[in-house]
Amino acid sequence: MQYQSQSVAKPYFIAAIGLFIGQILFGLVMGLQYVLGDFLFPTIPFNVARMVHTNLLIVWLLFGFMGAAYYLIPEEAERELESPMLAKLMFWIFLVAGSLTVLGYLLLPYAGLAKITGNALFPTMGREFLEQPTITKVGIVVVALAFLYNIGLTILKGRKTVVNIVLITGLIGLALMFLFSFYNPDNVVKDKFYWWWVVHLWVEGVWELILGSILAYVLIKTTGVDREVIEKWLYIIIAMTLITGIIGTGHHYYWIGTPDYWQWFGSVFSALEPIPFFIMVVFAFSVVNKRRREHPNKAAVLWALGTGVMAFLGAGVWGFLHTLAPVNYYTHGTQITAAHGHMSFYGAYVMIVLTIISYAMPLLRGRAAANSNKAQVVEMWGFWLMTVSMVFLTLFLTAAGILQIYLQRASDTPLPFIVVQEKIELFYWLREAVGVVFFIGLMVYVWSFFVKDEEGKSA
Amino acid sequence: MSEVLNKTVARNIYYGGSLFFLLLFLGLTFHTNANFPERDNRGAITEQVAQGKRLWEENNCIGCHTLLGEGAYFAPELGNVYKRFGNSTEAVKAFIKSRPAQGIPNRRSMPQFNFSDDELEALAQFLKYVSEIKTANWPPNIQG
Ligand code: HEC
Ligand code: HEM
Ligand code: HEM
Ligand SMILES: [Fe+2]
Repeated sequence: MQYQSQSVAKPYFIAAIGLFIGQILFGLVMGLQYVLGDFLFPTIPFNVARMVHTNLLIVWLLFGFMGAAYYLIPEEAERELESPMLAKLMFWIFLVAGSLTVLGYLLLPYAGLAKITGNALFPTMGREFLEQPTITKVGIVVVALAFLYNIGLTILKGRKTVVNIVLITGLIGLALMFLFSFYNPDNVVKDKFYWWWVVHLWVEGVWELILGSILAYVLIKTTGVDREVIEKWLYIIIAMTLITGIIGTGHHYYWIGTPDYWQWFGSVFSALEPIPFFIMVVFAFSVVNKRRREHPNKAAVLWALGTGVMAFLGAGVWGFLHTLAPVNYYTHGTQITAAHGHMSFYGAYVMIVLTIISYAMPLLRGRAAANSNKAQVVEMWGFWLMTVSMVFLTLFLTAAGILQIYLQRASDTPLPFIVVQEKIELFYWLREAVGVVFFIGLMVYVWSFFVKDEEGKSA
Repeated sequence: MSEVLNKTVARNIYYGGSLFFLLLFLGLTFHTNANFPERDNRGAITEQVAQGKRLWEENNCIGCHTLLGEGAYFAPELGNVYKRFGNSTEAVKAFIKSRPAQGIPNRRSMPQFNFSDDELEALAQFLKYVSEIKTANWPPNIQG
């Protein structure tokens, strides 16, 4: 660690991992509810578990992004962070606001939470991923502004590199697109149209800038390859991201009351969206192959390569699978969507956050460059257990999805939804089983932070 | 990669390409918004339907159901439930009203929301409004 203020990243990373554990526990609860319909009903209905699962995911990824920025921006800008105090303060505000919101989901009926937070005055709640009370959304904006001010000034007064400029562009975009969560018209078509400006333009737009820049940074540090080369790759990746991904939003505008021409725009442009993910794989492997040194942190390099591969599989391959309008006509809103949602979020955003944590955490904890070999081996076990179980989770959901589509939408005698769900129960049991393996992998990963090295010091 | 595609060229493609497609997207958005009235069934959006949408949101129906294919995949599609229930708001109301508070043993359960008659009517009218949005013939059949 070259700058003292980089240490503010540490609590962000710890909180991220803590909330990740919570996210997966609620995933397992829902997985059981899929097969044992009345499990925990009515104490924790499915929708509540789902909100907790998805909102914890988003919140911990945001913690991860902020931690990444606080860690790498001082180093790139070659100066201390503008205000470490502000960063620490925002950490606590974000953690408390996030925890209160999740407790609100769990302890109150959702309608009650809407009531006490004054949703009637400014209704924004009750839309997928944007379930937070309006006041929490305002809190998120405040934290984001303080954060952008902090890292923005650091960059302005310091060295500007492609990595830190792309990172902050992505983060500003994240905050800007989130503002559309405050737009909630009575017209369902309009509501849905702009809802995707948050969701799609996040994951297939500005977040990819964040992903690309963190990946570039870790590769510069671990391979010693010339910055010029890596920066060129980064530009090509994000160019392809925005060229394909912005109009690619159209793949959500096929069946929600929008004009038919979106079937063409959406299909053509989103079919090209795998390109930046493919370039990312080639980039990661070619840079690692050309490495100028052997970095002792093997685990971080593994995470970086894994991010490239899994993001390509989850977003690129599983995204392409259902993105053409004639295919999406059948797959829209089925387990195929869930399969893709899982592998893409895991492969791209979960893994990039775990990559930067893997690289930065040993340094934040005062190691020379990496954890002990023993700790790295445990961490890599965590990597493989989580990654392989996520591949199987995706495959089982894909199988469930194909059967669901056939039985409910494509056969000559379409069956009702609930009847079909009972017929494909086997795959939901298998999903739950690999979900448990995923959780074990996560525990192994967490354990790697506590492994003692040869001299008996904790990793 | 060859020398032709140097860093400056890559950067220019990024800025130029992004700006171009951003503007195209805004143009398409403008055009789409102008075309909404033909498809979005806005004539049906009464006070009551707006109230129904609020109830839909404040009870997080989207956390179990899809609406026009978006949402959760745990429970049936509701964008066309009005039609599936024989174009009957009464049937929709009766279903929502009759959910047992303790759920149904061994079956995926829907909560009992204890809605008033007014609220039930608003929700049903909301679902009727959604079912009449022009969705390019989605879903493929009545099962949603
Ligand atoms: C906790 C999950 C959950 C929530 C929240 C929920 N539902 Fe349901 N809903 C279900 C399930 C499960 C079924 C299927 C029940 C069955 O077939 O026994 C269902 C069925 C229905 C049906 C009948 C659909 C059909 O085709 O048979 C309607 C209408 C409905 N729900 C409306 C609503 C409305 C309106 C809300 C919000 C006020 C809502 N639901 C919230 C789980 C939920
Ligand atoms: C890392 C990048 C990506 C992430 C995190 C991601 C995540 C998601 C999620 C969570 C959904 C479900 C949204 C909902 O709940 O309604 C979704 C839907 C979808 N995604 Fe992605 N996605 C990514 C990239 C892509 C790419 C590159 C493509 C196309 C090649 C794609 C195609 C689609 C399509 C077509 C849908 C709609 C599914 C439906 O009709 O039900 N995605 N994505
Ligand atoms: C890091 C790992 C995980 C990530 C990134 C993740 C992400 C997500 C996302 C993005 C959604 C919304 C999907 C959509 O709208 O298409 C979702 C829903 C869900 N997840 Fe996960 N999840 C993870 C792990 C798990 C595990 C281990 C399980 C259970 C075994 C699980 C079970 C579920 C279920 C049941 C849903 C609801 C699907 C529905 O709407 O019917 N998840 N998850
Ligand atoms: Fe998308």
